Amino acid sequence: MLFAVLSIFLGAALSPLVVRVSRQAAGWILGLLPLGVFVFFARQVPTVAHGETVRQSFEWLPSLNIPLSFYLDGLSLLFALLVTGIGTLIVVYAGGYLAHHEQLGRFYVQLLSFMGAMLGLVLADNIYVFFIFFELTSLTSYLLIGFYHTEEESRVAARKALVVTGGGGLALLGGLLLLGQVTGTMEFSEMLSMGAAVQSHPYYLAIFVLVCAGAFTKSAQFPFHFWLPAAMAGPTPVSAYLHSATMVKAGVFLLARLSPVLGGTAVWEGTLGIVGGFTMLMSAWLALRYTDLKQILAYTTVMVLGLLTMLLGVGGEEAITAMVTFTVVHALYKGGLFMMAGSIDHETGTRNVRELGGLRNAMPWTMAGAVATGLSMAGIPPLFGFIGKEMTYEAALHADSFGILLLGVSVLANVALVASGLVVGLKPFIGEQKGAFTREPHEAPVSMWLGPLVLGALGLTFGVYPALIDHSLLQSAQTGILQESHELHLALWHGFSPALMASLVTFALGFTVYATWESIQESGVMAGLGTAFGHGPGRVFERGLYGLARFSEGITVLFQNGRFRWYLFAIFTSVIVLVGGGLVEAQVGWPEFDGDVAYYEAALAGLIMLSTFVAVRTTGRFIAILALSVGGYGVALLYLLFGAPDLAMTQFAIETLTLILLVIVIIHLPGIEEEEPLGVRLRDGAIALGCGALYTVMMSVIVSSPLDRRVSEYLAQNSYTEALGHNVVNVILVDFRGIDTMGEITVLTIAAIGVYVLMRMPRRDAHAEADDEVPAEEGAASTAE
Amino acid sequence: MMLYSLILRVAARLLVPLLLLFSVFMMLRGHNLPGGGFVGGLVAASAFVLYALAAGVQQAREVLRVEPHTLLGVGLALAYGAGVLALVLGKPFLTGLWLHPHLPLIGDFHLGSALLFDLGVMLVVVGTVLLMVFSVEDRLPGLVEE
Repeated sequence: MLFAVLSIFLGAALSPLVVRVSRQAAGWILGLLPLGVFVFFARQVPTVAHGETVRQSFEWLPSLNIPLSFYLDGLSLLFALLVTGIGTLIVVYAGGYLAHHEQLGRFYVQLLSFMGAMLGLVLADNIYVFFIFFELTSLTSYLLIGFYHTEEESRVAARKALVVTGGGGLALLGGLLLLGQVTGTMEFSEMLSMGAAVQSHPYYLAIFVLVCAGAFTKSAQFPFHFWLPAAMAGPTPVSAYLHSATMVKAGVFLLARLSPVLGGTAVWEGTLGIVGGFTMLMSAWLALRYTDLKQILAYTTVMVLGLLTMLLGVGGEEAITAMVTFTVVHALYKGGLFMMAGSIDHETGTRNVRELGGLRNAMPWTMAGAVATGLSMAGIPPLFGFIGKEMTYEAALHADSFGILLLGVSVLANVALVASGLVVGLKPFIGEQKGAFTREPHEAPVSMWLGPLVLGALGLTFGVYPALIDHSLLQSAQTGILQESHELHLALWHGFSPALMASLVTFALGFTVYATWESIQESGVMAGLGTAFGHGPGRVFERGLYGLARFSEGITVLFQNGRFRWYLFAIFTSVIVLVGGGLVEAQVGWPEFDGDVAYYEAALAGLIMLSTFVAVRTTGRFIAILALSVGGYGVALLYLLFGAPDLAMTQFAIETLTLILLVIVIIHLPGIEEEEPLGVRLRDGAIALGCGALYTVMMSVIVSSPLDRRVSEYLAQNSYTEALGHNVVNVILVDFRGIDTMGEITVLTIAAIGVYVLMRMPRRDAHAEADDEVPAEEGAASTAE
Repeated sequence: MMLYSLILRVAARLLVPLLLLFSVFMMLRGHNLPGGGFVGGLVAASAFVLYALAAGVQQAREVLRVEPHTLLGVGLALAYGAGVLALVLGKPFLTGLWLHPHLPLIGDFHLGSALLFDLGVMLVVVGTVLLMVFSVEDRLPGLVEE
């Protein structure tokens, strides 16, 4: 499994090369990679169907006890097959869709990285590994959504998706860590049997809320749904992939994965049922508000995510049967429909349903795929969508709680889904050709109609012969969620059951809505709905983000106003207040003074004080700096006197260099102007005296208290035996604390580069003409780089 | 304004090689006696800064032969390399490695990866100081105009 995930990432790294070698066939060649991984996982189906699970673990960060572990059960296998199977078709499709885009190589890097992240997410067993892949999908989808980065709309949408899903991910991390603490393990596979212990733990509610925050943001549940329709700004292959098989299902997957641990409580049922149900109903009807093919499809995705969440909330054999069935149903039809929408856009230049019609002759292959997937979405027999819908109704009819409510919500949402399915899958192809297209409509290349056709055919096959997957794949996925095995058999014909009646009602209402689609769309109710739920939350989010930026700008201006004197004032005053206050509170008395001072020590102290006095009193900058340096050398001499030659040497060298640097800079500054007003001088003097007094007290306290010599003795004893060095200071620097030194020299390098960049920046002030002299040297420097 | 004097220039000619030699000496003795890469680097940097003051930044650059950026990069690479070397040999990152060859004239000799590390520190310090001084001088020419 590790190899499967890694091979996808390796493919991502190699894809620009493939694109360079053969742009035309890149999609077909790169498609072989996910296809191979798909075959690998398909061969695991018999094993897993027997009820076996596979766990693999590799050492990764042993000192932190984080293994790179993967877990394959029915649930992860189902998702792995969706990710790689639909991924194959998407990769091929993108080769046609973006054939002439100059950044095709970059696109494949991002797409395949995303695929690898998603595959890792569904397979991960360790919660850290899961979280890393979870956030990696947020990050890569951010790049994918913002692929057309020169357009503002794409950037805004990408940022929205990243902030919402990444923010939710942080909450999720908290939830997962708490979960790990409660269960005492970091592996999902070991947690699955600990449901009762977790649910009776006082942290349960906190874990539940945090996990839901992660899952709901990722899977676009109300009120976080707004990022998903906005994400339509990305290229169509991305939308097709994100919506059908991956990204947005990650949240649902997470809930499914944890439902044996967290599920079954009243909080779980209530929250998932209400949030999912509301999301489902709202978005199903919102979909009717839009005319853009991709927008309609986006809102119906939100609807299905709501449905899946609700079914997970209901729980139990039948609801989970419906949930796993609908996951496959939705992946098949949504992937196909998005690709179809992209093909239409590509070949006619528009995605507006109102401008589309009569494409049946121009695009027969696309139409075949579109009709099959569209009818599956509408839930019309004998397509797989019909079975998915029937299972949902069955689950609603037999649910213990919320049964009738669930049925009502499902029927109402499905009515809208029937209408949307017909609007998207059928409307563009029937009737008369409307408006003038920017391009003469013609059939898309094979790579672009293959995907919808394959997915449409699969929807039809699974509808007619559900036995192909129900026992093997869906049942083991259900077992993965429920942790107990139930016989699962799907059939097209259930007899004249109440569920069938509900379906017939749904069809009747759905066709009516479809027939009156245009007038419903123009009605005031729909407009209100669109404002309240379609754009509203998104706008609130944008406002909030804008407000946050303004707020932080205000804070920055307040604290980082660019006046050095203010910084020093703030730093020193807070040190005096905080540290001094601490000393007073701890009732530290004035330490004993033994009065044993050698004459040269006193002389040195006098020298340092004298130089400081000169530095303060002088009006010449040059003299001030020289005086300060004298003070610095005095300190270095003190080090030498008290047996720290290394420190003294460094102090000497630094002091010299600082002096030179300051002299170079100071020459450009004007002399010190007339004296400050008395008030300012008194204030500064008070701060200086306060600081001095504070440090004096602190030093005396430290010196008079007995030293803990354990560390220094250890170092002195082991310096030669461990590191073959007699100079303890140096041994500490290069051996005992070598990593610190490494960090320090890295910081030094960064600081140096910072100064270098700062000095090369164009000047904003009036001295700009001085730059005229620089280019010759700059030229020399840049050629040498 | 010029600080640029004949005496300083002649003195620098004599002092710079001595200072550089001294800096290497400081770096090498550091493991057993006061000294080490950091101080050695500061001394070497001072030597070049002194030369820049005496003869101009351009001349100092020419004497240095490589760009300060290169010193930074090579220094970091040496220090990290000393750490990775241990990793390659299957020991924890940055473990000190030692060779004890017996050399004909010198006698018993200890050669450790700590030396490589210290050399890296020294080069980074020289690179940092010189990059700062040279770029400040490029930006605010005046002290050492020719």
